[in-house]
Amino acid sequence: MTMDLALTPAEEEFRAEARAWLAAHVPAEPLPSLETAEGFAAHRAWERELHGGGWSVVSWPTALGGRDASLTEWLLFEEEYYAAGAPGRVSQNGINLLAPTLFAHGTAEQLARILPPMASGETIWAQAWSEPEAGSDLASLTSRAERTDRDGGGWLLTGQKTWSSRAAFADRAFGLFRTDPTAERHRGLSYLMFPLDAEGVTVRPIGRLDGKPAFAEIFLDQVFVPDADVIGEPGQGWRAAMSTAGNERGLTLRSPGRFTAAAARLRHLWEHHGSPGDTATAGRVADAWIRARAYQLAGYAAASAPDDPQAAVPSSMNKLFWSQLDIDLHETALDLLGPGTAEITEGLPESTWLDGWIFALAGPLYAGTNEIQRDIVAERVLGLPRGR
Amino acid sequence: MRFLPDQDHLAYTSTVRRLLEDSTPVRTARAWAAGDHAPGRALWRALADTGLPALAVPEEAGGLGWYPPELAAAFVEIGRAAAPGPLVETVALTAALHDGKLLTGEHLATVTDPAAGYAVDAHAADAVYTLTPTPPPALHAATPTGPALPSVDPTRHLVRCTPGDPVVADTRRLSDLCTLLTAAQLLGLGRALLDSSVEYVRHRKQFGRPVGSFQAVKHQLADAAVGLEFAQPLLHGAALAVRGDAAADPRDLPAAKAACSQAALTAARTALQVHGAIGYTDEYDVSLLLRKARALAQAWGTTRTCHEAVLAAP
Repeated sequence: MTMDLALTPAEEEFRAEARAWLAAHVPAEPLPSLETAEGFAAHRAWERELHGGGWSVVSWPTALGGRDASLTEWLLFEEEYYAAGAPGRVSQNGINLLAPTLFAHGTAEQLARILPPMASGETIWAQAWSEPEAGSDLASLTSRAERTDRDGGGWLLTGQKTWSSRAAFADRAFGLFRTDPTAERHRGLSYLMFPLDAEGVTVRPIGRLDGKPAFAEIFLDQVFVPDADVIGEPGQGWRAAMSTAGNERGLTLRSPGRFTAAAARLRHLWEHHGSPGDTATAGRVADAWIRARAYQLAGYAAASAPDDPQAAVPSSMNKLFWSQLDIDLHETALDLLGPGTAEITEGLPESTWLDGWIFALAGPLYAGTNEIQRDIVAERVLGLPRGR
Repeated sequence: MRFLPDQDHLAYTSTVRRLLEDSTPVRTARAWAAGDHAPGRALWRALADTGLPALAVPEEAGGLGWYPPELAAAFVEIGRAAAPGPLVETVALTAALHDGKLLTGEHLATVTDPAAGYAVDAHAADAVYTLTPTPPPALHAATPTGPALPSVDPTRHLVRCTPGDPVVADTRRLSDLCTLLTAAQLLGLGRALLDSSVEYVRHRKQFGRPVGSFQAVKHQLADAAVGLEFAQPLLHGAALAVRGDAAADPRDLPAAKAACSQAALTAARTALQVHGAIGYTDEYDVSLLLRKARALAQAWGTTRTCHEAVLAAP
């Protein structure tokens, strides 16, 4: 069976169905910013509509609201989604981070209880990983969960989490807590879920770099979590979290479709705003297209053998690649828009480029900084000695 | 969709790789640079015995079929080994001419890169051609008329040629195949540079520990590795475009050339930096690979012309 890029009739049909649904449903005007209370509500309503069409979680089993889509079909859906200019996904933390962990380590009861409302946007999840003193060195975290016999048994969470995106608007959160105070670093951590409106939880919004209240600190004071909301075995949280960390850094967090759509829009912008003699900018536009295409083709290769890790680019390499591409692509667009237009944050159709740039700037920081990713590539892919 | 090499493709690639590893390609390259072409010709005949040029010729014309992905994979290995000679041009001319002596590896041939106006290694080839790109591209038998000018890659010499009689040839894919195989060679060069750098920094100690344990060194190598990793799928896409697949995107060919050039040059600069002064010596292989990468980055499509081609496509 020789190498090819031809879609099967079923894949073509899937793509056509997604395209038709999106063409009929994607809002004509962009929704208000996801990073504000008003925008958050509008994006939650969009998740409901997406779910109604059966498109919110295409790769999940049908019984949980998905379509059992293959990785190739998921890639095609993402291409169509972003090419259609559809809204950002307010459910992304739940769908990209929590759901893969539940599929790998959750109980049947947890899957049935947690995933359907995640798919419909009824429950929106925030992540609670970083702490004031535990950023890149996540394993040094100190927020703790203490054993309690209350309400049939569970845990009491105490501590502080920070840099939690959209926690000010979200419903529930998941994160790692120290359940064994005598164990050090990666040992003795547990993966727990808790409601953001529970007694003892205080969420304090933090203005993001552009002033939008999209970040938050979460203060926890004796917050009760029943045993049913522990994922995997207590004390095994690090393994559960890291076994799916690849999802966060890899293809699924920022799908190739996002970048191929943005590169096509950049090319369009070049055709309308570029000057023919400006070969330097033309080169940057072409380079963005080339890198987006490389990421797309790497995704197709991974999807061609989903059970063969050798076929996929290591997730840390993916993250380094798309996070830099995202910034370069948006900076090129802003340079093309030129004086005036490029700095106006609201009210112009072109303002979405500035939003995209602000969002892209966070790429090398979240989900493990790019320095951490380079360490991982050097040590685990290239086999260099450990050490900093 | 199955966008991965199949078993036959992988088996063929490892045959070529083993053959090159078992020969002494760098010594062969240095001999070629010094004007001794015999070891280079012998190596090419051995590569031809694996069916390499025949993968560019249909069965009815005495070849094995039209296999650009497998050819590209073989040229990644040729690049990794820094094998000398006008091998890209020879394979592309085999595809255009279906010539028996080219098919067996007995002859080497070369053709002018229209953008450069020179034919590489025309002084060492059995047959020389000029290519006029105006559609349809025209191939003429040619005579070397200038001196063999030294290239930054010591194994290459550039020669001006005068066109003679036109020859009947299928020139549709000639230039594209040269671009594809040059991109493949660059990817192989970049991999060789990365591999030798990783090996070096694991063993070279300063301040009492391997220099490869320092983040400043690690991070440069990680970035070089990322560039090479993402050039590979573009090269596969380019090979399918050259094969003529309906589902392929013709932009993948210039995209692959630009990406492989950039990845190889980044790997070369990184290799030089992490090797330190020893990499700057003529004797050490890093310099040979680095200089070849610089030359090939300009051959059969510069980054600028590739960028133009990417933007010009509908």
